[in-house]
Amino acid sequence: MDDEHAAGPVSTGALTPPPGSGIADWATDFDHTNEAYAAEAPAIWDDLRSRCPVAHTKRFGGTWLPVRHEDVSAIAHDTDHYSSVGVIVADWKPTVPAPQGFAPPITSDPPFHEFARRILLPAFSPKAVNPLEEPTRRFCADLMDGIVDAGGASADAAVDYAQNIPVRVIAHMLGVPPEDGDRFRTFIHRILEKPGQTGPVDEEDLMITYLDRIIEEHKATPRDDLIGYLLGLEVDGRPLNEDHIVGTIALALIAGIDTTWSAIGASLHHLATHPDDRRRLVEDPEVMTFAVEEFLRFYAPVTMARIAASDTELGGCPVKEGDWVLLPFPAANRDPEAFERADEFVIDRRRNRHAAFGLGIHRCLGSNLARMELRVALEEWLRRVPDFELSDPAGVRWSTGQVRGPRTLPVRLLRTVPSQGSV
Amino acid sequence: MRILFDREKCVGHNRCHLLAPELFDVDDEGYAVLLVEGDLPSELVDKAELAADNCPEFAITLES
Ligand code: HEM
Ligand code: SF4
Repeated sequence: MDDEHAAGPVSTGALTPPPGSGIADWATDFDHTNEAYAAEAPAIWDDLRSRCPVAHTKRFGGTWLPVRHEDVSAIAHDTDHYSSVGVIVADWKPTVPAPQGFAPPITSDPPFHEFARRILLPAFSPKAVNPLEEPTRRFCADLMDGIVDAGGASADAAVDYAQNIPVRVIAHMLGVPPEDGDRFRTFIHRILEKPGQTGPVDEEDLMITYLDRIIEEHKATPRDDLIGYLLGLEVDGRPLNEDHIVGTIALALIAGIDTTWSAIGASLHHLATHPDDRRRLVEDPEVMTFAVEEFLRFYAPVTMARIAASDTELGGCPVKEGDWVLLPFPAANRDPEAFERADEFVIDRRRNRHAAFGLGIHRCLGSNLARMELRVALEEWLRRVPDFELSDPAGVRWSTGQVRGPRTLPVRLLRTVPSQGSV
Repeated sequence: MRILFDREKCVGHNRCHLLAPELFDVDDEGYAVLLVEGDLPSELVDKAELAADNCPEFAITLES
């Protein structure tokens, strides 16, 4: 690499990883958990799409990164060759075998997957989610009261706002106290953002210990919430096995919080940096339906993974049984073959078949909930703070790993509207 | 113009129902249910195009 630099610009036009990142080339040595990847992922995908649409790295025991919509879609729909038993790339392979996996249905393969998913579908259908809009709006309005009525001219839109919303909604759904939310975030951080990198954890502090406890509490006093529903469920006259219940609740925590928080934060980051889009949403709230989908396309927070179930071929590359294959839905969403003006944010985009919630049988179970949370969160923010900007662009920190979104987002409140009650 | 809906391809993204509730309902599991049959009244053509253009699974097509 150094020799190439000495000789002037790299002749292939390839995007060069920053010095000190430890990455030699994005096509042959990428690391999706590296800060340098998080910092310029869209540029990396564009670069790869033009010279090597299926990148590879020896890291994590061998991992592939397809960036074309066509390839991402093909993998998501090919459950014969690609197993969901591992969906978060790590240095180890999962120990709970297919087809159930650790957290059904996200880690399940057919035919078990269909069973695990079907029992949950009614709880996350549009009809079940609609009644959650009102409490969600109340949570958001409360948070905005805290931000605006404090009288300050600044806030952290990620820490003070975005991160709290999905936590409260999930706690409400699961029937656990809202204060437990901070613990949820700790679990998620350990599992998603720093897999295996946070050192030993006290038994008492483990997610599994927590889940066992809240399940016992629900057994002692049955309640009408998602845990109550799972405990009461009988399939062919038998209750679900306990691992299945624990895994499913763990999944609601892991899958529903970081992801939604990232989507809300990234959308607020966009609005803080794009005054025209901000104004458009305030003046023309009808655009919100389209804007929400464009936020999801452009800032899709979730990259999934698969483990190759047998040797196969991907865009001409030889994938070996046991290899990790990343499913970067965010990269698929920026593919000019699949989207007009793919690299532009078009707030009222009419044709938008984005894949932010995945494709095929694992389509995000929480997509109706997440979409509602994102819309309500933005509506309530703009209602109280129609005008705002970044107060410290260098202080914005994005997460690394498979869920991407701002973790700190300092903003200056340029115009605020007092809450109705306090006028 | 007529809507063709492929239930086999639908995985319940619910984009169609959100954009064109006049044309698509959802069942209790969140899969789409096509509400209209035969030729579309002209005032619904725009909505039908929206639904087709936003289904990530290409489960909705229009036939003239
Ligand atoms: C903006 C927020 C969200 C995004 C971008 C997102 C994204 C995704 C994606 C891409 C998948 C596909 C996984 C795969 O193909 O392996 C998925 C699956 C899933 N998501 Fe979400 N998600 C979000 C919010 C939520 C919420 C709020 C919940 C529930 C509380 C949730 C629950 C699930 C579950 C249970 C699955 C597994 C479905 C299956 O395997 O059949 N997600 N999500
Ligand atoms: S948008 Fe497509 S996949 Fe989603 S519910 Fe409608 S038809 Fe089904």
